[in-house]
Order: sequence, then C-alpha cells, then structure tokens
Amino acid sequence: MPRSIILVLLGIALLALFTLPFFMGTSVTFATIVFSKSLAVLGIFLLLQAGQVSFGHGMFFAAGAYSAAYIGAAWSGPDLIVLTVIAILISALSGLVIGLFVSRYRLIFFAMLNLAFSMVLFALLEKLFHYTGGTDGMRVRRPTLLGAEFNRASFDLVIYYYALILLVVAAVLVWLYLRSPLGQALKAVKVKETQLEYIGLSANRTILAAYVFSAILAGLGGLAYGLVQGLATPDLTFWTRSGEFVFIAVLGGIGNVIGVFAGTLLYEAVRFYAAAFLDDSWQLILGIVLIVVILVVPSGLIGLPQRIMGALRGRTSLHSQKDRNHD
Amino acid sequence: MTFNLALIALLDGVSYASLLFLVAVGLTLIFGVLGVLNVAHGSLYAIGAYMAATIGSWMTAQGFSPWLTFPGMLIAALITGVVVGGLMERFLLRHIYDKDPILQLLITFAVFMILENVQRMVWGVQPYFMAEPLRALGNVRVLGIQYTAYQTLFLPGMALLTMFGLRYFLRNTLAGAKITAVTEDREAATSIGIDAKQVYFITFVIGACLAAMGGALATPTTSVLPGMGANMIVLSFAVAATAGLGNIEGALLAALMIGIARSFAIYIWPETEVLMPYLIMVLILLWRPMGLFGAAQARKI
Repeated sequence: MPRSIILVLLGIALLALFTLPFFMGTSVTFATIVFSKSLAVLGIFLLLQAGQVSFGHGMFFAAGAYSAAYIGAAWSGPDLIVLTVIAILISALSGLVIGLFVSRYRLIFFAMLNLAFSMVLFALLEKLFHYTGGTDGMRVRRPTLLGAEFNRASFDLVIYYYALILLVVAAVLVWLYLRSPLGQALKAVKVKETQLEYIGLSANRTILAAYVFSAILAGLGGLAYGLVQGLATPDLTFWTRSGEFVFIAVLGGIGNVIGVFAGTLLYEAVRFYAAAFLDDSWQLILGIVLIVVILVVPSGLIGLPQRIMGALRGRTSLHSQKDRNHD
Repeated sequence: MTFNLALIALLDGVSYASLLFLVAVGLTLIFGVLGVLNVAHGSLYAIGAYMAATIGSWMTAQGFSPWLTFPGMLIAALITGVVVGGLMERFLLRHIYDKDPILQLLITFAVFMILENVQRMVWGVQPYFMAEPLRALGNVRVLGIQYTAYQTLFLPGMALLTMFGLRYFLRNTLAGAKITAVTEDREAATSIGIDAKQVYFITFVIGACLAAMGGALATPTTSVLPGMGANMIVLSFAVAATAGLGNIEGALLAALMIGIARSFAIYIWPETEVLMPYLIMVLILLWRPMGLFGAAQARKI
C-alpha cells in the first residue's frame, strides 16, 4: 500500500478513536482496557523484534497498577501526572534490575526466566497479606488531574483519553526507536547476533535497553488498567496474563506497530463475546485461534489484508496471462 | 526448630520432591529429545490427577479393595499420557518441529489454554480428593516420628524407580539407543534407518505419561483443583532449568533441593514457601548460567 493511503487510514482511525466517546459512550471502559493492554503488548512487540518473548511482563503490568494503589493509600489526593512519572520510574528501575539478569539469556530461557520472576512477584503479592491485601488486592484511588477532581463518569472519560494518548505516544516512540540505530541493532539480534558482536555492539546491552523500554510500556499499561478497574490484584502478574500479552502480539503480527492495537481489540472482543455467549469456553476458543494464526497466518492479523490482496492479485495476473495467451 | 520438626520437614520435602521430579523429568526428557519446551506439561499433570481421582473414587464406590487404587493411579496416568500426549504430538507438534522455538512455545501455550478449559468443562471447579492409597499403606515410624508410608516410602521409591528405569531404558535397550541417537544427531540417525518421527512420538508420550503419573500420585496427598497445572509447569521448569535442561539425573538433585528447601520454608517462614524454588533457580543460574549439569552451548540459548 502506498504511504499516503496508510497515513490517511491512520488519521481516520485516530479521529474515530478520539471521537468514540461521543457516539458510543457505553464502550468507553472496554476501549480503555484495550488501550491499557495494548501498551503492555507494545512492550512484548518490542522484544519480539529481537526474536525474544517474555512470559513475565505481567510483573511490570502489576507494578504499574500497584504503584498507583500504594500512592493512593499513602497520599489522599494523588495526581495522574505524578502517578505516571512514578509508574515510569518504578517500572524502569525494576526492568533494569531484572533485565540485567535475563538479558544474558535468549529464547526459551529468556521466556521462562521472565515467567519465574513474575511468579515471584505473584507469590509475594499473594502471601504478604498485610502489605498487599493478598488475593483481594488493593483499591486504586481515583486521582486528580492537575488538581481537578472528577466524579466516576467523567473520570472514565479522562482515563479513556489518558490511555489513548499514552498509547499513541508510545506507538510513535516505539516506531521511532525501531528506526534508530538502537532499534536496528535490536532487529539484528534476531538474525545475526554474532555479527552484531563483531561490529562492537553488545547484544545483551541492546536487549537490556529494549527490555527497560518494554517494562515501562507494560508499567504504564498496568497503571491505566489499575485506574480504570479501580483495583490492583495479584493475578495481573500471574504467568497466564503475561502469556496473554505474547499471544496478542503474535495474533496482531510482529511486523507492525498497528498490529498490536488490532490484535488487542480482536482478543478482547473474542474474549468478551465468547464469555457472553458461550459460557466458559473463551479460553478454548482463544487457544484454537492462536494455533490457527500461527500455523496458517504467521504474519498475524496485520499481514492478513496483504496476504488476501496478494492472493487476489496473483489470481488476476494469472488470468490476464491466460487471456494474453488466448490472444 | 526442634529435631522432630526438622525431620517432618525433611520427609515432607522428600515426598514433594519425588512428585516434582516425576513431572520435571518428563519435561526435561521432551526438551532434550524434541527441543520443545512443552508448556502444556502442567495440564498433563493436572489431567492425570483428575483422572486418578475419578478412577479412584469410582473404584471405591464399586467397593473394590483400596489396594486396587494403586493400579488405578497407574492406569489413569497411562490413559492420560497416551491419549492426550499422543494426540498432541500426532496432530500438532509433529507439524511444528521446523518452526521457530518461540512459536513452538506459543503453540504449547495455546494447548495449555485449551486443556485448562477442557478440564473445567469436564471436572468443574470443585476440589477432588482420594485418600485411599494413603490409608491403605498406613504409617511408619521414622526415628520416633509417625509419618505416612505413602509419602516416606512409596513416593521416593517411585521417583528412584523412574530414574533408574529411564537410565536403563535409554542406555540398555534398542528403543532407548534410538532415542539417544536421534538426540545426538537427527540427520545421521535418520540416514541409518531410524524413524525419527516415531522416536519423537514415543519420547513425547513417555514424557506425557511421567507428567500424568506425577499428577496421579499427587492425588492422595493434595486436593485436585483448577490451577494446579499452571503452578506445576513453572515449578517443573524451575527444577529442569536448575539441573540444566535435558539432564535426567540432575533433575533428581534439583527436585530434592527445591522440594526440601520449600518444605523447610513452610515450617520456618511460611510466606517464603512459594519463593524458594525461584530463589534457588536464580541463584544457581547466576552461578552457572546453563544449570548445574547443563553443557555450555555455542550461543544458542
């Protein structure tokens, strides 16, 4: 597709998202959840560029939500801006500490060590009942924005735009990052790690940088998620939650930032409707969808239009060739 | 901590480690031969447990002798391993051996999601119990302490039997030699007429049976609940990674370390119980990045 068409389509999509609350007020909360999860998925997407998956990014997601809960508990009127800054700091710091360890590993070890760390956090959140509220989790107090207070309904709108703006900014930053030398090196880890080391770049450092970035993205996603739910619970860091993020990233397609959003939207919609109509089988359905996507459309949702168009074009060109032969 | 309490913690730890070993050795065997880390391994453990509870309570309801629940558990494990494991390998894994390891991991994650859901559909969410084997074996005295014979003798016995059985199988039988050959060099093995597909299938089914066996044997000592599979996969990975992925004897040592550390944590500082396995794993991996007995590879992992 030509660049201008993509830009126009993007513009239309953005306009639709920014005006959504005016004509579909009921889906605001659903959309906010999609945005907040998309942020975490964006983090997974970033690591996927290096061919690595983390089965533990739920820990940063939880860190974002719990940091909002703690600040709310300690300080009666937290401000959204302050929460954002603190969530960034906490997730960056924890991403750095854990990243220093896991960036020494690749593939399965990388995936599973992340999983192990997230389970440590899960266990702590669940067991240290007096500090974390145990399984019930902690309430996330509704923050002010630059001093302005909001009631429930208007806060839903505030957090909708907050999450949307975060997501758009994050997507642009990820896009820029991947085009920067650091991002190019990240992609090189996937295919030519040894050669990367030969030109004097450390593959571990490259992964570490992306890891910290992805931790921040997941942390911000968790913050938005905690704010919209009003609750931070240990299951945010259970490994199946992190698996969900990886699932969505692969579903959306690893080649394009936009796929992240499309993937999350489809995932949450399937989950929502399957849960509503098919009782308790959404996991079953999603599992089957994941297998089909990997086996049939490895490029993910984002590659689907191109594949279909490619198939159609292939057929038409074949036809025209036949016609020419007849002539 | 008194001597008696320490002894109980030790016995507890050893019995838990035996179960952990059965599951982890299945995981590590499959990884060693097929190169696939099977996330659905935890589901096989859980389904094995559910099957054992179902068969066991059916037997008890029929008025069978409690001793028959022992072969009952074995049958439960075999059915689960052969049917679920066999179907999984034949219809899914077989098609993805040439794919990216990350995609393989995701496929098994998808299977995990499916099996987790199927479990809930078949067995619901209520807990299951089956204490007959525990009662049938009674108690033994160990240094002045009464403890169940099932946990002190039977479970560790089964773990040792499995380890030596696997060693013997891999080193002294033709089928075992074939598996070892395919693990070493798939192409060379195929060229001398070994059917690698068949080897993969058999290995996967054996590994699946071991996971289901761990689940079946765990039934008398724990209640069978949803979510037990999700926890077990993480634990058994911790054991396998601590030992070095693909290492069978090492898995026994790692399981013992993790099992005993965990049970001492329960008695001394209960909040840290769940942390212990990961703490041990991270410490070991900081010291030896490939695990205790893992061989260093040329930049692969």
